Amino acid sequence: MSKIQMLMGNEAIALGALRAGVQVVSGYPGTPSTEILESIAKQKTLGNYPNVYVEWSVNEKSAMEVAAGAAFAGARVLVTMKQVGLNVASDPLMSLNYTGIKGGMVIAVADDPGPISSQTEQDTRRFGEFAKLMVFDPSSPEEAYTMIADAFEYSEAYGRPVILRPTTRVCHGYASVELLPDLPPREIEGFTKDGGKWVIFPRLSYNNHIIIERDLKELEHRLSSYSANSLTGSGKKGIACGGVSYAYVKEALEGVNEEYKLLKVGTVPFPADLGLEFLKGLDELIVFEELDPVIEKALIHLCGVHNLNVKIKGKLSLDTPNAGENTVSEILRRIAGFLDVAFQTSRDNALPPLPVRPPVLCAGCPHRASFFAVKEAAKGLKTVFCGDIGCYTLGNALPLEMTDTCLCMGAGLTVAQGITRAEPSRTAFAFIGDSTFFHTGLAGVVNAVYNQAEIIICILDNSTTAMTGNQPHPGLGRKVTGEPAPRLSIYDIVKAMGVSELTRVNAFDLEAGKSAVKQMLAKTGVRVILFEGLCIAVDKKGTPYSVEDETCKACSICVKKLGCPAISFKEDGKAVISPHLCTGCGVCSGVCPFNAIKEGQLNA
Amino acid sequence: MLNILVTGVGGQGTVLFARLIGSAAISSGYAVKGTETIGMAQRGGSVVSHLRIGELINSPLIPLEKADLIIAFEPAEAVRSLPYLSKEGKLLTLDAPIQPVTASLTGKGYEAAEMLGFLKANVSNLSVLSSAELARGSGSAKVINVAMLGFVLAKGWLPFEEEALLAVLNERIPKRFLELNIKALNTGKEYAQWN
Repeated sequence: MSKIQMLMGNEAIALGALRAGVQVVSGYPGTPSTEILESIAKQKTLGNYPNVYVEWSVNEKSAMEVAAGAAFAGARVLVTMKQVGLNVASDPLMSLNYTGIKGGMVIAVADDPGPISSQTEQDTRRFGEFAKLMVFDPSSPEEAYTMIADAFEYSEAYGRPVILRPTTRVCHGYASVELLPDLPPREIEGFTKDGGKWVIFPRLSYNNHIIIERDLKELEHRLSSYSANSLTGSGKKGIACGGVSYAYVKEALEGVNEEYKLLKVGTVPFPADLGLEFLKGLDELIVFEELDPVIEKALIHLCGVHNLNVKIKGKLSLDTPNAGENTVSEILRRIAGFLDVAFQTSRDNALPPLPVRPPVLCAGCPHRASFFAVKEAAKGLKTVFCGDIGCYTLGNALPLEMTDTCLCMGAGLTVAQGITRAEPSRTAFAFIGDSTFFHTGLAGVVNAVYNQAEIIICILDNSTTAMTGNQPHPGLGRKVTGEPAPRLSIYDIVKAMGVSELTRVNAFDLEAGKSAVKQMLAKTGVRVILFEGLCIAVDKKGTPYSVEDETCKACSICVKKLGCPAISFKEDGKAVISPHLCTGCGVCSGVCPFNAIKEGQLNA
Repeated sequence: MLNILVTGVGGQGTVLFARLIGSAAISSGYAVKGTETIGMAQRGGSVVSHLRIGELINSPLIPLEKADLIIAFEPAEAVRSLPYLSKEGKLLTLDAPIQPVTASLTGKGYEAAEMLGFLKANVSNLSVLSSAELARGSGSAKVINVAMLGFVLAKGWLPFEEEALLAVLNERIPKRFLELNIKALNTGKEYAQWN
């Protein structure tokens, strides 16, 4: 392995954790965090770190608890998730800070300004403040690579878990990173029954709360000399920034000769001593950070405590955008204005109308067929289609329009129940994928059975966690490392939960799907249809279909009903199927009223 | 510093393309930074890789009007990326349009000629490559990205020698596809002689 490598930020975090001697790694996939755990699994399967334990857990709460247990026993542990995953794992996390840990514990939580692939623009630095945890905020892949070793050190020094919070542009940015030698390995001490230390009780929480507050206060000083926090320059104008915005600010300041002070903040708690040094002598400052105004508020707080009269520009003063991700061009423009330097812009970029490219279900996706079967069978009924998180959220788009609600992982099942409690005359369908079913779907089914809901649950089982890049889950019989695992049957689980009206169909068999839905519509109570069909990323099926030109009547029904990206129109209005995109699922042939779509290349 | 923006539609191989250039640059002694589009947007959406090669690089993102070279795998995406092109910057694009997957449904397709016309009117340093010819010469449409790589390499637009790139291809491309990729690289190089 050469010493300098081109690494994606998530790979850098993984290699940094392995270098620091991480021993147990757990997580749940979620963009932009997924490649951290995958990179660790890859290193293990390559034989580079054979002793590290790594697992995809069923959800973030389980991952957090597995990691906590291992840290109780003295292992260095890493747990990975995206920002909304931390919401799921917040229950163990909030308590875990009070019990503390023995082995270093880093919780890598990837935030997603934009948001680019997420439900929310929440800021995990704020979560850290709420949970009273340290947060490390890397500004680049190379900083993340060494920062995670520091994070383990701080975690062990204080006996508390810490958060590493990269954002999308750090996770999915790449950089040439110099790989460093591994740190000396640590032995796992093992679990000790420390007289109730690991049992959370009110008295323990009270006592440890005092220690936590003391430590956080100490960290405000100690972190002022930590390398991720820095202060440079001089003058009466200041620029404060953190995360990837630091990189943008540095770029914007290239070639600027005016005087300014530059504060980089890479931690929560805020480095108060350094912040005070920054503020002294300033007339005004501007803050660049993504998501919440965490640095900005800390500076305002310091000004208040120390009676400093500095004008602070940022999100709160509406001088910088308070939603969406920062861009280097925007920061260039604002810094030019703030420092009163010339900002060059020359090109008039009026572009012609450009095609919009919304994400859609792939050609050959089993979800398209399942949605279509339900849509056809439920035609004319007063319905609601409650969706969930995964590729099948894309069922919202035209022409299917089969997602009326989508809230968070597992919510479709329970939101559907609530809608019919308020409006019993509406027929509620809930759609959930296989990985999401294991993640947070089980409780929703139990709730429906126990409370005797009127609901038709469609489990869309494509045998993978598709949206995040095809990770395995408990229904597949293999682990992240490729080793075999017990295979849990969704059908048997649903049956065991007391659902008597349960059926399974081949998702690509439209007639079977429609008839299953109609049969269930004739019944009452909790009804479950398991639609089974492999994701095209798992199985590229067989022979592409084609349109028999003389039979096609240019009616456009195939496109208007299914919206498959493999089908388009020729100039004469007749349909044509791209042999490169078509996977041969055959669903369109069942939709064509003239039987013009057939397997194989008819016009070749 | 050399700023390269690679753009196309999800599934065209732009991510690998940028990574091959980045890896070859690193092995030739340069520092590299950049970003990729990953996740939901990959499903048929516009994808952009920023790639910056030099000594001291701060931002992984190229500012507007700072790209020295834009390599587009699709004409509409070439136009979309135009605000990034520097005044003297070069733009290279494939000519074959990829209609948005929703075009058949909404009727909102577009004409490749209109996009190419706009590029010709607005980019002084423009090269348009025939997707069909590159695919034919390479033996497969799947390796057009590597043919593009051969083209920019032969033009001398990359700051490293062919050996560095061949070493990276050897390391990154599975053995059974290596021959096909080398053929594509050579096709692109030849194409650069008379285009």
